[in-house]
Amino acid sequence: MPDKKQDLIDQKLQDLNNDGVDRRGFLKCMAWAGTGLVWTMSGGIPVSRAFAKSHDRKAGKGGDFSFVQISDSHIGFSKPANPDVTATLQTAINKINAMPHKPDFIIHTGDLSQLSKPSEFDTLDQVLKGASVKQIYFVPGEHDMLSDNGDEYLQRYGKGTKGNGWYSFDHKGVHFVGLVNVANLKAGGMGSLGHEQLEWFEDDLKGRSASTPIVLFAHIPLWTIYPDWGWGTDDSEQALSYVKRFGSVTVLNGHIHQIMQKVEGKVSFHTAMSTAFPQPAPGTAPSAGPMKVPADQLQRVLGITDVNYVVSGRSLAIVDSPLGDSGSSVSGNGGGLGVFGSPLG
Amino acid sequence: MTRKNAWVTSLATPVVIAVLLLLAGSSSVTAHDQPSAANAAVKIDNFVFGPQTITIPAGTTVTWTNSDDIPHTVVSTEGVFKSKVVDTDEKFSYTFTKAGTYPYYCSVHPKMTGKVVVQ
Repeated sequence: MPDKKQDLIDQKLQDLNNDGVDRRGFLKCMAWAGTGLVWTMSGGIPVSRAFAKSHDRKAGKGGDFSFVQISDSHIGFSKPANPDVTATLQTAINKINAMPHKPDFIIHTGDLSQLSKPSEFDTLDQVLKGASVKQIYFVPGEHDMLSDNGDEYLQRYGKGTKGNGWYSFDHKGVHFVGLVNVANLKAGGMGSLGHEQLEWFEDDLKGRSASTPIVLFAHIPLWTIYPDWGWGTDDSEQALSYVKRFGSVTVLNGHIHQIMQKVEGKVSFHTAMSTAFPQPAPGTAPSAGPMKVPADQLQRVLGITDVNYVVSGRSLAIVDSPLGDSGSSVSGNGGGLGVFGSPLG
Repeated sequence: MTRKNAWVTSLATPVVIAVLLLLAGSSSVTAHDQPSAANAAVKIDNFVFGPQTITIPAGTTVTWTNSDDIPHTVVSTEGVFKSKVVDTDEKFSYTFTKAGTYPYYCSVHPKMTGKVVVQ
């Protein structure tokens, strides 16, 4: 790791970790997860927690909880980039099952399947059955909409949802909204939420106190990452205008099979790794799509994301280390839930 | 050689020649890269329809072949044609009988657009 980055991390960790875990201990804790970072948030203040300390957290202390985001399992995909996506999904589930603190639920941000085939959804369900976390929320990806407007997906995962599968729920004071931006895509465009969903979303937020932490999750990124590859949502601006008044908004997406983050005021955006295959960084390849890496590195570019909500008052920095023991980055955040991206291996 | 054998043998040669002629003839109407009166080809690769614009005479069948490692679809923006999902190495064909311009795109990756111009 470059010295500059290491110094920055040391500095930040020294400044911010008052929890008795020094950098060496911190990195040791990171070892079981590969690498990654926990940043958490409480009432608009970011808090980070060394992984070892997580299990010390008293359950239900002021509504603390965590959940895991997985994404882009692409069950049915079988090409050189990953000939066995079912196995890597299983690895992700094993990893979740092995977490020291049990997450309250799992969110899958879409592209469950490769071709929307019943057999692919069946296989996915089989693997997810082995998760000790039983509550799983879904939103579809464009690969889940390939059979007649996503009928197969809706049949299986759309109970209680509206339209193409959007819905909201509350959990320990946090308001979650699952949005669908992969239906009725227009030629030349990117992701799209559509008028009906936007109306529903605006209405859904009405009357909620501005101090309610909001988590939005959708497949395609709700901010413009790279238009040439369709990595963005044409009408996300309107959706984001509805959450402007809230003190803490976290946006969780998938689709691009790599971690990208952005903080804009009180809104934090985060995209997750895939459990199936990585994709190239924007503009670094002729197109998006499966990117082949050496077999021994595959597990490092796939991963899960641990999100922690903590009701406490400490303010700390965010360290996101998506790949094994390389490429860590530190950033500060003014609001959002704690997001921890950890590779499978 | 018996008389029967002789008859068969003497028939064989013209039959063989006829078959060879048929084969030689048919090879000229199999699909090439360049559009012919009957067939034209569009290759899908790296999230691109190539050629992006294809100009053909009415009555031509266009065949899209997906050489990408990701499934795509071929969907007319005017609702004229709509393929099922076309996975790697799969094809979709449509015969254009009426003159006109037919813009289309991939409904899964809508940034991918193309056009068929029928004269």
